[in-house]
Amino acid sequence: MTETFYEVLRRQGITRRSFLKFCSLTATSLGLGSAAAPRIAHALETKARTPVIWLHGLECTCCSESFIRSAHPLTKDVVLSMLSLDYDDTLMAAAGHQAEAIIEEVKKKYKGNYIVAVEGNPPLNEDGMFCIHGGRPFVEVLKETCADAKAVISWGACASYGCVQAAKPNPTRATPVHKVISGKPIINVPGCPPIAEVMTGVVTYMLTFDRIPELDRQGRPKMFYGQRIHDKCYRRGHFDAGQFVEQWDDEAARKGYCLYKMGCKGPTTYNACSSMRWNGGVSWPVQSGHGCIGCSEEGFWDKGSFYDRVTNIHQFGVESNADTIGKAAAGTVGAAVAAHAAVTALARARRKAGETEHAGEK
Amino acid sequence: MLSQQDMLEAERLGRSVKSIYVYEAPVRLWHWVNALAMVVLAVSGYFIGKPLPTLPGEASDNFLLGYIRFAHFSAAYIFAVGLLGRLYWAFVGNHHARQIFMLPIGNGQWWSEVFFELRWYLFLEKTPKKYVGHNPMAQLMMFFFFTVLAVGMVITGFALYSEGVGLGSWQDQLFGWVIPAVGGSMQLHSLHRLGMWIMMTFVLVHVYAAIREDIMSRQSLISTMISGWRMFKD
Repeated sequence: MTETFYEVLRRQGITRRSFLKFCSLTATSLGLGSAAAPRIAHALETKARTPVIWLHGLECTCCSESFIRSAHPLTKDVVLSMLSLDYDDTLMAAAGHQAEAIIEEVKKKYKGNYIVAVEGNPPLNEDGMFCIHGGRPFVEVLKETCADAKAVISWGACASYGCVQAAKPNPTRATPVHKVISGKPIINVPGCPPIAEVMTGVVTYMLTFDRIPELDRQGRPKMFYGQRIHDKCYRRGHFDAGQFVEQWDDEAARKGYCLYKMGCKGPTTYNACSSMRWNGGVSWPVQSGHGCIGCSEEGFWDKGSFYDRVTNIHQFGVESNADTIGKAAAGTVGAAVAAHAAVTALARARRKAGETEHAGEK
Repeated sequence: MLSQQDMLEAERLGRSVKSIYVYEAPVRLWHWVNALAMVVLAVSGYFIGKPLPTLPGEASDNFLLGYIRFAHFSAAYIFAVGLLGRLYWAFVGNHHARQIFMLPIGNGQWWSEVFFELRWYLFLEKTPKKYVGHNPMAQLMMFFFFTVLAVGMVITGFALYSEGVGLGSWQDQLFGWVIPAVGGSMQLHSLHRLGMWIMMTFVLVHVYAAIREDIMSRQSLISTMISGWRMFKD
């Protein structure tokens, strides 16, 4: 077995006294009462750290870049103390066959007890040849590695929904993880990338409570994806007041009014940006003056412009939105109604004229 | 079946009777409340998607979009509850109250009347037929462009509303599944807006057809929705 949490903490120079204090504090802050403190201590003393295999498919590594910038908890703590990140080809020192051997080892040693974190997705066209991992199609490695896993985490929009490589026409047939892997609990953590604290938060939750967080209909952890950006946006007051930025350089933009009319996707995007912010709480897109682009929503590349509110509907051609279609339909039907009314009136007048003529003949 | 029944009814009552009671009070009341709700919904909905120009002053002094959304949600509840009430009346009311909820698609006579009405609207028939309830063409239009569409608008509308009320709310439990089903919140917004335009186009045709038939078919339509009695002019 790998080290327990307690052993790791002791190795890092934390005294038993501080450790027990931490347990009491945790029990209190979770509202569990003082009786739970010994149980938390016991769990941390006996539970082995969970091994994690982090795979990379078709992706840009922005999820990793985000992850390593986590401030609460620091990634150092997550990676080194809380979980045992046994395989991550971007972060690990080993390479080549030595690295690949680790996957096999973890699979055997911790059968049914390790977590697979997937960054990116497998392309399925041409037998998966668009993404090669250790000389084999990534989709094969993914399926094999997930076969004995306890749970699978889909990092980012790529693994959760497909992201840019799955945007129409999706030449490589990049496919989200949950459409390739079945029979395992899969946690979708969308975003391009997801917020660092959301990523480490999900991992910490799973390790602390030994279960996956509560998920919504789309397999996303409710605690981070339960509300829209719009619901917690600090500019929401301006939305309700009807105060909008109309142009990027107008007075309203300087005053920090709502970016709704500039195509902000906050009202249609589920993520924690407006409450957790980015880079340790420094800022986030709307705070910097640009609308949300909805990067944590399914297929966000194919949902029209980032800069209009009533946006294009893909099925109706390049430049059609609900309003253009609607106005065209209403206009056409309106014109048809007017024409129909005119013809009706004409026909009626003619018939009346005919009737009076007949009456005259009699 | 229904139109046959209508014909029988009219025939039985013969020419001596100049009027027949068609729309009962709850149906008439619902029609006008529903019409008003639809106007409020369409106007407020339009301005939710494309808001009015920015108001001056502090955010705390204004609540314009808040009020517009409130109007939209209130009217939506009236629309939805009205629809439920109307559905109930289809069960307990007279047979005309059932017309917009089901089509007698197995009835050949009814279909031939649909095509007769189509020819009538294309100026290919000289004399119109009279119907006690909706004419078959109107019934067909009413079923698809009102009943089905209205149910669709209620479902998509409550799904959108659930986003604001939050996970676990009854709106979310009942209608939240719609969001992933159509591919996301943005699509749902677009579909709901498209539905509004289709509904408004239907209103245009509905009002025109009612006025036209009132004049051309020598029977009352507009006053029927107020008094409940259909008058026959000859």
